[in-house]
Amino acid sequence: SAPCPQWPYCRKRCSYCNFNKYVVPVVDEASMRACLVREARTLLRLSQVQSITSIFFGGGTPSLASPRTIAAVLEAVAGAAHVPAGAEVTLEANPSSASTPCLAGFRAAGVNRLSIGVQSLDDAELRLLGRGHTAAEARGAVEAARGLFPGQTSIDLLFGLPGQSRGAWARGLEAALGLCDDHVSLYQLTLERGTALAAQVWGGTLPAPPRDLLADMYHTARTMLVATGFRHYEVSNFARKGALSTHNLSYWRAEQYIGVGPGAHGRFVPQGEGGHSREARVQTLEPDAWMQEVQSRGHGTRRRVVLSPLEQLEEVLALGLRTDEGITHERWGHFSPHLSLEAVFGVPGEAKDLQQQGWLVLDRGGLRCTWEGLALLDSLLPDLLCQLQRR
Amino acid sequence: MALAGRTAMWWARLRSPCPAAASLCIPPWLSAGPGACERLYSSRGKEKSDMSMYPVESIRNFSIIAHVDHGKSTLADRLLEITGKCSHFILPFLDMSGEVISIALSLFFLVWYLDLEGNLPFSSNQTCSFAILLKEGIQAQTVANFYLAFEAQLAIIPVINKVIKISAKQGTNVEKVLQKVIEKIPPPPCNTADPLKALVFDSTFDHYRGVIANIALFGGEIQKGHKIVSAHTKKRYEVNEVGILTPNEQPTHKLYAGQVGYLIAGMKEVTEAQIGDTLFLYKQPVEPLPGFKSAKPMVFAGMYPADQTEYNNLKSALERLTLNDSSVTVHRDSSLALGAGWRLGFLGLLHMEVFNQRLEQEYNMSVILTAPTVPYKAILSSAKLIKEHGKAEITIINPAQFPDKLSVSEYLEPTVLGTIVTPHEYIGQIIALAVQKDMLYIDEHRVMLKYLFPLNEIVVDFYDALKSLSSGYASFDYEDAGYQAADLIKMDILLNGNPVEELATIIHNDKAYATGKFLCERLKDAIPRQLFEIAIQAAIGKKIIARETLKAYRKNVVAKCYGGDITRRMKLLKRQAEGKKLMRKIGNVEVPRDAFIRVLKRQTDK
Repeated sequence: SAPCPQWPYCRKRCSYCNFNKYVVPVVDEASMRACLVREARTLLRLSQVQSITSIFFGGGTPSLASPRTIAAVLEAVAGAAHVPAGAEVTLEANPSSASTPCLAGFRAAGVNRLSIGVQSLDDAELRLLGRGHTAAEARGAVEAARGLFPGQTSIDLLFGLPGQSRGAWARGLEAALGLCDDHVSLYQLTLERGTALAAQVWGGTLPAPPRDLLADMYHTARTMLVATGFRHYEVSNFARKGALSTHNLSYWRAEQYIGVGPGAHGRFVPQGEGGHSREARVQTLEPDAWMQEVQSRGHGTRRRVVLSPLEQLEEVLALGLRTDEGITHERWGHFSPHLSLEAVFGVPGEAKDLQQQGWLVLDRGGLRCTWEGLALLDSLLPDLLCQLQRR
Repeated sequence: MALAGRTAMWWARLRSPCPAAASLCIPPWLSAGPGACERLYSSRGKEKSDMSMYPVESIRNFSIIAHVDHGKSTLADRLLEITGKCSHFILPFLDMSGEVISIALSLFFLVWYLDLEGNLPFSSNQTCSFAILLKEGIQAQTVANFYLAFEAQLAIIPVINKVIKISAKQGTNVEKVLQKVIEKIPPPPCNTADPLKALVFDSTFDHYRGVIANIALFGGEIQKGHKIVSAHTKKRYEVNEVGILTPNEQPTHKLYAGQVGYLIAGMKEVTEAQIGDTLFLYKQPVEPLPGFKSAKPMVFAGMYPADQTEYNNLKSALERLTLNDSSVTVHRDSSLALGAGWRLGFLGLLHMEVFNQRLEQEYNMSVILTAPTVPYKAILSSAKLIKEHGKAEITIINPAQFPDKLSVSEYLEPTVLGTIVTPHEYIGQIIALAVQKDMLYIDEHRVMLKYLFPLNEIVVDFYDALKSLSSGYASFDYEDAGYQAADLIKMDILLNGNPVEELATIIHNDKAYATGKFLCERLKDAIPRQLFEIAIQAAIGKKIIARETLKAYRKNVVAKCYGGDITRRMKLLKRQAEGKKLMRKIGNVEVPRDAFIRVLKRQTDK
């Protein structure tokens, strides 16, 4: 299983972000730490997992937390389950809180992988995004990270910014490729309702990127990265030399993960209380409220929903197809012991049509998208879900 | 009736009847306010009011002309407050959406809500002595109304509501308005000694008592037992009851010249009490009151229930709504795409919109409005088809019935003779609308143009376009002018080569391209992008005349899908999967269920 502790605080809100993030003048770190520790213990006990595959500190800006907090959480996890040596422990960091001394502290605390939110190497673009750091600072952060976490540093990049040209993107990507380590996460900017950037674009102050341009940028990026030796292993994720993100794979492989902290999401079977079914769980969003709940009953789970076998299969399908390996027969069988992939998708129907059209493959390796199909996954999924639901 | 909506009557009496000097004397209660007032008659009591107490001299008829939103009801409320609810006669005020507000006022005035078409229902000064003009800013329509009022030699007291002179909501200066009303307005030029002459300006249907006609007396008197005749229908009736409206009917013994009230005379249908009709005493005919246009529908639309299961509900809703609004014309109709429905005619776009709104609000019906169908004809030349139909001349309603050119000697379309009256400055723009037959100057400012139109050219938004082009000043009338030969074709819409039956239309050959292009564009917007390119084409037979292309998706996958995103993602995906189940497949193209509706429905807003 894969605990996902959340540090929900940020120094400022970026113009495009709609995550569960809080910008507060003072953070009661001691209390947060204690609560994260407590909830981690509670939920691990509840899940009764024996072994940890990876840990991912997300948020917010986890690099704003102190190494002490990180260490405390890791300790708590190790105390509740077996953490193999070398299990991936990732921390998300912002360039403005990723100086060498900072990072060294985190490494000492037990972090062995860093994911830096670079987003762009152009200062104007960074301002548009409201990032709060310069391209130079970002470069510095990446270099520092590579020094401390060689081969285990990942950078996040955004494309499809309002007003961004194909050329600007290509140049930016090249610059990033010159700088990056062995893992790149590449996201098309999504305008979310309620964000400042969305308001600007929908209000007409900023141009909306045309769909075809976005498609071009994506295809350019895929091609460039693959040409540079990266494996396009998930819709938005690229890795070379095998530096895939173990943690994120557990999402797409529908493995168990335990969300700890305000707004964290989890998927696990609460065996500790006699549960037999995989549940979708989310922790209370607001930090103060969450802390109170953790203090009073050990965890701040706001919602837990049992996933029916069909719902689990739907998740397996929708998430698994995001990766290049797709869904193996074995994994499918784990969730659907009586109905094989062949039985559902190998018969005449939507999947067969999509295969004929060249978007999908069903073979000994399992069910997965073709190179072209991956970019159009959301057009394929509704049909596949329909077919699955009929069985 | 030229009015695209209902008229409303507010009516009240001066507190103490004054003689001729009434124009100068301001009743004390006007300035003293509500407290100083005393009701002469209870508005709730059933005792009959004695209208003889109010001679013509102490009557003031005035109207408020303004744009629908210009705060008239607030002005009315303020007038009401100031006069301290002292009036004895409270009339229902029906605003454009049929809401009934009770207004009690001490001034005798007629109020019209004017529609955007800007027509005064009474184009002569016989019914109304002056007008209060409420202006919020100066809008073309209000100015047009001013023009009309001025033309009708009505005394005008301009009132700028909301902005400067009156803040109706605060109630300031409303008193001054009333004072001005009394000062400047002459009493109505009527005489009780004249023979009875009553104008019907509205009518409602009461299930228990029959038709209640709202009347304004221009001469004479009327009471129960009188035998009256309708100038329009020539039918005779005996008066059962007369009275005033408070807002409920309050019977009186008699109504006198210059007064306004209601009459019940055994009429069974509202059509018997046509708005604009003149009533007179049997054996004492009078010159009918002029100035009314007949209630010709100007804007047409097809109306269909959003779902065919709602057909019966919509049918009864329409029946009930049209019971009290006889100006809406109704015919049954049907469409391949939308099922069974109706073709309705309205007095104007606003009338249609208000009607639609009432359907939604009062009957909870959501409907689809489309361009109306026009009954074309064809003269068959094929012996086989003539035998099938039993005659040579057939009416084509449905595009599916359209006989091929080879089997037809002639296609025919209905036409109308249209008359446009416009100020001369708009001639240039109006002439561009169509080829006119005749043009003549009515006076130095206005021109009359006569046109022979194919019916299909005026049914949708011709009237609206005319009004826009002429800033509301032009007027339009038409009459049936029979059928004429027409170059008609059937236009098909194709999706990747497969015809969409529901969107086939019968149309003039020379309009085909424009309409085809329009339909293709609309359909393009109504269909979601798919994994392959979609060619949307308009065709006549095998010939493609217009085309739009819906490009395939090149990227359609959400960027992030981690822990927090998954639940949301799955919800959306499942909704999309559900949506897919409801889609139709035409060839390989997936078409949402509401796509045709979106293509066929009227554009409501400009």
